[in-house]
Amino acid sequence: MGNFLQNVVNQIDPYVMQILVNIGIGIILALGLNVITGLAGQLSLGHAAFMSIGAFTGAILTIKLGMPFGVNLLCSGFMAALFSVLIGFPTLRLSGDYLAIATLGFAEILKVVFLNLDITNRALGLSVPPPYSSIPLPVYVLISVVLAVTALALMQESRFGRALKAIREDEIAAEAMGVNATRYKIQAFAIGSFYAGVGGCLYAHFIAYINPSDFGFLKSIDILNMVVLGGLGSIPGVILGASLLTTAPEFLGFMKQYRMLVYGIILIILMLFRPNGLLGGVSFKEMVLKIFRKRTQPSRA
Amino acid sequence: MLWQQLINGLALGSTYALIALGYTMVYGIIQLINFAHGEIFMAGAFFAFLMVMVLKVNIFIALILAMAFCMLLGIFIEFVAYRRLRNSSRLSALISAIGVSIFLSTLALLVFGADAKGFPDGIFPNGQLQLGSVSISFLQILIFVVSGFLMLTLQFIVHRTKIGKAMRATSQDYNTAALMGVNVNMVISFTFALGSMLAAAGGVLVGVYFNAVSFNMGLLVGLKAFAAAVLGGIGSIPGAMLGGILLGVTEVFTVTVGFSSYRDAIAFAVLVLVLLFRPSGLLGQKIQKKV
Repeated sequence: MGNFLQNVVNQIDPYVMQILVNIGIGIILALGLNVITGLAGQLSLGHAAFMSIGAFTGAILTIKLGMPFGVNLLCSGFMAALFSVLIGFPTLRLSGDYLAIATLGFAEILKVVFLNLDITNRALGLSVPPPYSSIPLPVYVLISVVLAVTALALMQESRFGRALKAIREDEIAAEAMGVNATRYKIQAFAIGSFYAGVGGCLYAHFIAYINPSDFGFLKSIDILNMVVLGGLGSIPGVILGASLLTTAPEFLGFMKQYRMLVYGIILIILMLFRPNGLLGGVSFKEMVLKIFRKRTQPSRA
Repeated sequence: MLWQQLINGLALGSTYALIALGYTMVYGIIQLINFAHGEIFMAGAFFAFLMVMVLKVNIFIALILAMAFCMLLGIFIEFVAYRRLRNSSRLSALISAIGVSIFLSTLALLVFGADAKGFPDGIFPNGQLQLGSVSISFLQILIFVVSGFLMLTLQFIVHRTKIGKAMRATSQDYNTAALMGVNVNMVISFTFALGSMLAAAGGVLVGVYFNAVSFNMGLLVGLKAFAAAVLGGIGSIPGAMLGGILLGVTEVFTVTVGFSSYRDAIAFAVLVLVLLFRPSGLLGQKIQKKV
């Protein structure tokens, strides 16, 4: 099985593969932020911090314990989720934008702590050995993306997803309808951070070298941009946003130094003219159904 | 030693307080965390630096020019990036503010480069005042005088003038204030102008004090100032002053005790503790939410 998959992966051009894996990891990270910001309407500015928790947990588990990669991914995700509950508990009880500041602050603290810990090899960063698994990494990325998209699509239509949307639209009204806003917000935050942790673990093993400074504020903004550009709360939108922004540097190599400048302008203009993003409000289910209907019912004209 | 560190902490804290005031005033009026505030602080420092290097003006004149420049910048940013979003979701305005922040800091990076710039030597007399075992540099005295003067002026404007009354009315109830004939757009522009002016003053003082002006100075200091505003009680002007000074002193003492590599983490640890135990801050009032 492993050999067969390895052969399949080897068929694909390494450069294309690298881009595809990056897109996949971007999608997982962006979907996680989409649960927090797109569904629950809470802004997290420390998504990269939860990614870094996943990355370092995954790296250390591989280095110290040689843990099988599948289990490792789950552990990394749970570790990130655990920290998110710790940081979410004091801040999500409050309404307002405290989460944005607290996550931003937490990300800075975490970076400082990682830069001073021996187990993360301080400022030198960690070299990550290949994952302990016969199945190649790109397959893990693909499976993770499929699972992440499916879980989120199911979540959106569930009682849980509807509660989150109610909180996003009007927290006070939602509470009046009996939605326990704090509990749901913390759960959404934990799920989003779990995604970030898994994404971080994949990233660490794919890049094979991680440094606390890689997971700074700009990385968080990168992920936020994917979600906002594609469409807050829309799965196809997030996939589009993640794909566009991951491949953009490949096409726009010449304007590398202007990238952040353009990002800033994109954020402002999108908010002013299209606050729901390019595909905001588009649901995955409806899109699939639409295509399906078109196939089964040929136009009568 | 203790007193010496206290003076150093007060000097640092006064600059935090100047910046925290801008956050607290804007939040008090339109409930927006103005993420671009830290970048206005940075812009003020760079503008003064340019004035000193290119026009060779005195540091005091550079300070006043930087304040005027940032006043305009603040009004402009509000007009372009926030005004249209006043009635949309808070998330949109917040993301727009982040956009402004990224734009300004990247612009500064492209124009001035990545390395920190220092003010030329002798821009400000280097002496110090000896009080027993405590020495206070002239620069620290300048920080105390300028920030003290600005804070008193702000108190005067907010509590003794007509526009101050309009500001207080708008922050209490935006719609009612508008119905009572307050020109809320003007009041909001004025609030941004005041806050940005104070941030610029803070920027110039910090730039001269640490002798470093860089494109990313706004991010961390802006965050710390926001933490200070929350510590004092967001929306409360005396709270921002108290929060800033407390935070500055705490930070300096943490470094003295020997945790210098964690100095930047202190502000956020304080922030999380405040949110945990007293979300309304030291001097803030608990706000009753209404539908």
